[in-house]
Amino acid sequence: MIEKHYDAVVFGGGSAGLAAAVRIAGQGCSVAVLERENELGGILNQCIHNGFGIQRFKEDLTGPEYAERFIEMVEELDNVSIFLETTALEVTHGTPHSVFAYSKRYGVIKIECRAIVLAMGCRERNRGNIGIPGTRPAGVFTAGLAQRLINIDGYIPGRRAVILGSGDIGLIMARRLTWVGVEVLGVIEIQGYPSGLTRNIVQCLNDFNIPLYLSHTLSEIRGKDRVTGVTVTPLQDGKTVTAKSFDLDCDTILLSVGLIPDNELSRKFGVSLNPETGGPFVDAGLMSSVPGVFACGNVLHVHDLVDYVSEESERCASFVVEYLNGTYNPLLHHPIVSGANVKYVIPNKYLPGMTNRFYLRSLIVKNKAELVISLEGEPLKRKNLAHVQPSEMVSFSLDEQDLSRGSESREKKLEVSIY
Amino acid sequence: MKNNIYDVAVVGAGVVGASIARKLSAYACDTVILEKEWDVSFGVTKTNSGIIHGGFHYPTSTLKGRLEVLGNIMFDRLQQELHFPFRRCGILAAAFTIEEMKTIEKMYMQGVENKVIGLELCNRDRIHSLEPKLNPDVVGGLHAPSGGVIEPYHFVFSLIESAKKNGVELRTRFKVVKAEKRKGHFLIQAENGESLRARYLVNAAGLYADEVSAIFNAEHLQIKPLKGQEFLLDRNAAGLPGKVIFPVPSIVSKGILVIPTPEGTCMVGPTAIEQKDKEDLSTSQSNFATVFHSARRLIPKISERDIITSFAGLRPTLKGNDFYIAISEKQPELIQVAGIQSPGLTAAPAIGEYVKDLLKKAGLVLTERPDYDPFVDEIPRIRKLSPYEADALVQKEPAYGEIICRCESVSEAEIVSAIRQGHTTMDGIKFYTRAQMGRCQGGFCSYKILKILQRETGMSIEEITKRGLGSNLITDRVGGLAVKDPAAAPTGTEEVK
Amino acid sequence: MERKMVCISCPLGCRLTVTWEDENDIAVKGNKCAKGESYAQEEILAPKRVVTATVRAATGAVRRLPVKTNLPMLKGYIPALLNRIYKLELRPPIVRGQVLLKNIEGTGVDLVATRNLKKV
Repeated sequence: MIEKHYDAVVFGGGSAGLAAAVRIAGQGCSVAVLERENELGGILNQCIHNGFGIQRFKEDLTGPEYAERFIEMVEELDNVSIFLETTALEVTHGTPHSVFAYSKRYGVIKIECRAIVLAMGCRERNRGNIGIPGTRPAGVFTAGLAQRLINIDGYIPGRRAVILGSGDIGLIMARRLTWVGVEVLGVIEIQGYPSGLTRNIVQCLNDFNIPLYLSHTLSEIRGKDRVTGVTVTPLQDGKTVTAKSFDLDCDTILLSVGLIPDNELSRKFGVSLNPETGGPFVDAGLMSSVPGVFACGNVLHVHDLVDYVSEESERCASFVVEYLNGTYNPLLHHPIVSGANVKYVIPNKYLPGMTNRFYLRSLIVKNKAELVISLEGEPLKRKNLAHVQPSEMVSFSLDEQDLSRGSESREKKLEVSIY
Repeated sequence: MKNNIYDVAVVGAGVVGASIARKLSAYACDTVILEKEWDVSFGVTKTNSGIIHGGFHYPTSTLKGRLEVLGNIMFDRLQQELHFPFRRCGILAAAFTIEEMKTIEKMYMQGVENKVIGLELCNRDRIHSLEPKLNPDVVGGLHAPSGGVIEPYHFVFSLIESAKKNGVELRTRFKVVKAEKRKGHFLIQAENGESLRARYLVNAAGLYADEVSAIFNAEHLQIKPLKGQEFLLDRNAAGLPGKVIFPVPSIVSKGILVIPTPEGTCMVGPTAIEQKDKEDLSTSQSNFATVFHSARRLIPKISERDIITSFAGLRPTLKGNDFYIAISEKQPELIQVAGIQSPGLTAAPAIGEYVKDLLKKAGLVLTERPDYDPFVDEIPRIRKLSPYEADALVQKEPAYGEIICRCESVSEAEIVSAIRQGHTTMDGIKFYTRAQMGRCQGGFCSYKILKILQRETGMSIEEITKRGLGSNLITDRVGGLAVKDPAAAPTGTEEVK
Repeated sequence: MERKMVCISCPLGCRLTVTWEDENDIAVKGNKCAKGESYAQEEILAPKRVVTATVRAATGAVRRLPVKTNLPMLKGYIPALLNRIYKLELRPPIVRGQVLLKNIEGTGVDLVATRNLKKV
């Protein structure tokens, strides 16, 4: 068995893994990137639409363009080893951590390293997770799988489609299907508001007059071998109004009903997971409950812009380098928790004496909201937010000055609320 | 084959037909097994709960009670020969009241009478120490250590592979639609126009045993489907028990169970709802509450958050509720094997023996084949190997190093062997390898499997199906459909800056 | 006339109210920056979108090469453009940014590759 040693191993060569690898290697540490697919870039490769990089590069890029910028950076670094078509199946934490990575080319490689970056991304919720009743015919696809089939392989899964869920991938796919000649009969959303970005509603649905059925649910799938239709039922006060149900004759159903951080390997490391995000609990440096195991990107929590993923992953990488240099002290980190109307705040800890950046998701939909960070019930910082809704991630920072008052207090726990 | 006439045609390649065919393969006898679906095990067996029952549910006076006990003890040897996932994890029946304990005692006595080995009555402490995840309100119950779990479809795949190895012929997509009694044989015709001849016929057609019986002018049977819906839970589910957990049974069914599958996932169900349609496998939301309420009563940690998928199956029930396995009184060369619902899977190996004896009785001469080889090669499964064993394997066969299904750790080599065994639909590959069966339900691996299927079979992408005719997955290629002008959408002026 | 729309110039998504008597006099309300005003003007007069698609690759590491228009394209031209794109077939090597169709229908818009395609 081949054995290798690196300072850090990055699990996943998508947007998070690439950004982390570039930053870690840029600081002189040796890095291995393990990627399951036959190329770097992850899901960005199938996101051939534009809208990426506006924050990061101040340019409107497509997914492949955004990915290639990072791929080129990583390829220029000679202390990064890329392992394509390689899957880590067994891992054990310790000093050092060890990883057994499987590939056709090398067999099983045993890799030892001091730090791990979890950057495996997320997976899609599927029919089983949401329990749509009816038959089980061919023609039901998750939106991401359909996107992959169309954009990478050039395969069209059907001719008349209904999309369940108004998440961004579902919206993007409504346009993509239309643009390859598939008729999209409608997008069905159980909530009373769309869960994707507004610009996607405009460009992907309104442009093509595709109906968006808010507060509706898919109550039945029909068809023995292949989908022949669905029944759509409106909801009123959370209850289905069966009398107002209607049928759509489609041969294809795309599901865009949410993403789940893919933490199988994290579990094998013994990392403790946050039920709110589906990702690891992390401290201010994005280190999990297992020393030396860090997490960033969609494996940590589902982001709505890749630009945020890159930012978070680079930040994570800087702490990985500190860890490798022996200057990382998790004992100095203090907790920050969700207060009123907040689903989650990431990271779960802050470090006084530096600028801490946080991402949070709101539980409520509100215009002119206020974000309040408080210590022992006393507001420490306030921020006005023009509009909040669960589908749009909110970011904020706390700098040394904001946190200076906390250093005098005995109680260190911060609470974040939205009012 | 004498004059192109088979000695025996077995109709139905579910667990019953496969067990019979495999048994016959030990004898010098030309056997063909006929299946209407594209792959074996695609009927009733596919959705079986996969329990090897403990021999205490039915009295010795019933045929199913006797065959269940006989079948149960045959599985260890079968597994050594055929390598299917099987574990004698034990079965518990849990009682919540003193009243229920009385039923438990009856089942215990029934089991003892059936000569089941190792049955024990448990008090509260004993049952909770055997299964710590049980509801604390459970007051006691029955423990059947000989009970276990199996992958039913995999069992069938192995039986068929073994049967084929010993000369049995398999014809899939062969739906029997017409039969004629000729001199000394039946002429059997399929929907697709194919036909063949056989001297003896075994009707193991599951849900359609009544129709097959009618086609052969044998007994009038009436098979009524009894639907069962089940939920598959993630292997990380907190409620995953160590043993199969039964409630105290009702008259209709054995109740909602919690089943640890042999591959480490968890199953809850099944419901028991009578219906007419033999094709209707639809699931319903109302069953969800029934199943989870009952399952949580047994194991409170069972959670709907862990659901991977839900599916429904149909039990082929016959009036009288016992198995009907006999030489037809109207057609002395036909053996009826009908009404094989629970515990049919457990009883299947014993049914194989029983039907073989009936065929002898009906006049078929059976002599043992000197070259009979009961063993099939075990296909390595990457998830069962240590990294060191896996490395050695990949050095010899690189395709074992390419992990196609990340959720269930299935390699490319395993997919290829499924295809080479004749499993060329997406579901066939799923049941053979477990790829697409895990938590992502094929989201990450199906496009890779589609590619391998095209490469290995030469099929075009449009020809690949989920489970046979009509269940195609891809309709067109990009560029194959014209992009229409969305006339309704507002268009811009023709001015160009 | 009045139309409500959401500005998609940036992720902020300002909710605009656009009123006009004729095409020379378009009033925009609700925008937080100047982009909102020009967006609304364009949406009324000549709505444009960036088109992204894939082109068949004759040989190469990937089967389909992703492409985009380098500028937003008038909406009315898009279906015809897509049908034209799907008839193309490209031979690697292709470099990111390479122009594949120049000055489409005289609009001044080019179709460019959005990733590199190496020779195998």
